[in-house]
Amino acid sequence: MALRLALRVGRRITGVLATLLAASFVIFAAVYAAPGDPAVFLAGGRDKLTPERLAQVRAEYHLDEPLFVQYGRWLWDCVHLDLGRSFKYSDQVADLVAARFPTTLQLVLYATVLFVVLGVGAGILAAVKRSTWVDSAVVGVTTLAASVPSFVAAIALVSFFGVRLGWFPVTGSGTGFLDTVRHLTLPALSLALGALALVSRVTRQAMVDAAASDHVEAARASGVPERDIVRRHVLRNALGPIVTMCGLVMAGMLAGTVVVETAFGLSGIGSLLVGAINTHDFPVAQAVLLLMVTGYIVVTTLVDAVHPLLDPRVEGAAR
Amino acid sequence: MSENRPRSTPAPAAAPPAEALLEIVDLTLRLPGAARPVLDSVSLTVAPGEVVALVGESGSGKSTTAKAALGLFPAGAVASGSVRFDGTEVLGLTGERLRAHRADGVALVHQDPRAALNPVRRVGDFLVERGAGRAEAVELLASVGLPDPQRRVRQRPHEMSGGMLQRVVIAGALAARPRLLLADEATSALDVTTQADILALLRTLRAEHGLGLLFITHDLHLAAAYSDRVYVMYAGRVVESRTASALFTAPAHPYTRGLLTCSPTLGDTLTPLRPIPGRPPSLSDTFPGCPFVERCAEAEPTCETWSPRPVPLPDGGAAACAFVNAEPGLSPVFTAVGNRPAGRDRWAQTQADGADADEVNHA
Repeated sequence: MALRLALRVGRRITGVLATLLAASFVIFAAVYAAPGDPAVFLAGGRDKLTPERLAQVRAEYHLDEPLFVQYGRWLWDCVHLDLGRSFKYSDQVADLVAARFPTTLQLVLYATVLFVVLGVGAGILAAVKRSTWVDSAVVGVTTLAASVPSFVAAIALVSFFGVRLGWFPVTGSGTGFLDTVRHLTLPALSLALGALALVSRVTRQAMVDAAASDHVEAARASGVPERDIVRRHVLRNALGPIVTMCGLVMAGMLAGTVVVETAFGLSGIGSLLVGAINTHDFPVAQAVLLLMVTGYIVVTTLVDAVHPLLDPRVEGAAR
Repeated sequence: MSENRPRSTPAPAAAPPAEALLEIVDLTLRLPGAARPVLDSVSLTVAPGEVVALVGESGSGKSTTAKAALGLFPAGAVASGSVRFDGTEVLGLTGERLRAHRADGVALVHQDPRAALNPVRRVGDFLVERGAGRAEAVELLASVGLPDPQRRVRQRPHEMSGGMLQRVVIAGALAARPRLLLADEATSALDVTTQADILALLRTLRAEHGLGLLFITHDLHLAAAYSDRVYVMYAGRVVESRTASALFTAPAHPYTRGLLTCSPTLGDTLTPLRPIPGRPPSLSDTFPGCPFVERCAEAEPTCETWSPRPVPLPDGGAAACAFVNAEPGLSPVFTAVGNRPAGRDRWAQTQADGADADEVNHA
């Protein structure tokens, strides 16, 4: 029993590592192949550029070596928890990312809470009031919310709640828990709005499917109260697709905060990534991308791990 | 309650209709888009402690009739007539009163136990949800013959076999302490030994709790052997209603005779099996006359236009055939040698009452 569990965990970790390895190569190669030469930037600009200076810079940063050698060197350092130094700031990349990541993580977690509560809530409402005006209203409002680009939503939210009503600050990430929540409310809301349509519709459909099961009719025929039917039979059995979708949306948000961070002047890893790409800051771009991919893999792996709890039949079938 | 009354007591001559546990009178159920009613003037009674079988092919309306006792109808269905349980009209119930009716008086044992149980919940939760206490859940599982009930309450449906699950579903039906049990093909999906176990169990429970049992099956032989009275349904109508022994020895309706001759019997290898020709009618088929006419070997031109109604038989039963009265000599004379005379007398009585109610309803 314990051995089987250990085997399963081992297999899963191996899978995660293999995915990370493949992703790291793709990231490294993509940044390497991006147009523009970092050596030019590192040498201090085009005006005082000489071929000798360029070659010296290239040698100094190992940019003259073939792709695979560079990748191997980078990977070796990564495994030893050394992400290198930023070309631009000369700081340790790890420190840079560590300083920026909490803001992004808080923003994504806050947005996740919002889209889970609002999206799943709206989906439940639509499923329970199926084929009524409530159902249509949920579909209409969430579709509208999804069709508004997040930067437009951000501007609208800022002008209404930030400027006109003055409820929330319009920029910065705040200090302390309550202040952070206050600062991140509008960014998180504009991030979450786009996910509402997807999450509420998946919830609605999963619940409609679950409600068509024979055991739901059996429970109804036994006089089980409708509240309990919705909660213990319909929603409970629909949790699989709902949790999967929420996990995927959340994982996707980790890589999608750039626009909102820019709009609200937050210094998270999204804005760090954009800056790094614009300045050919290879180590930073690679580290941020690797972090995003890791986050995605971690979230989806967690969702997979939760599934046997949601549906006990999965456990027996899991390899 | 009336279930405590000794069953051998003869029914009073002017028994009120409320004495029947379940009394369905002239139930007609129409679905939008269907050419004919799903149920057409179905009348049926079940007395406390009585086993009544409802027999028919798939789509004959037997499950729909049983579910009507729970006030459970297909979406969009329009019902007329009367479904009374213990004197309460079920058709008019809504909301909390309908829920209470389903939770208390009547319980349904489903055809497919695996589908009737929520796969992600524990068996114990299923029983508790239907009104049993935690400790009572264990007792219930023991009472339906499940070994090791303490362990079973914590298991989930995928950890059990079909026969075990059928016992769980029966325990769930009993958890509400119902007075009427509807067994919807409760044993059809099981192998024969398990089937025999479950049938014996249902009989024991019926005796212990004084339950009325409405037993739905497509197996006419099983119905005749297992129950006190049998209703045979065809195309949403009751075509014959008889005591089990009378039905078996002298079936009155050609369809009943067809059902009997198209299934094999033990020790009777010489009689060839004769399937009923044709197919059971669908909801898009309409009938100007008798619905069975196209498949009936004994049909005559009058059948094309004769609108079916129950024709009383001398033994107290009824058959919806144009020719049952034409040859009264063929109908067996009722002999009171059965071991359930009270039930038979009451049956005859409620038939008469039903006929009265029929006319009142049409007035």
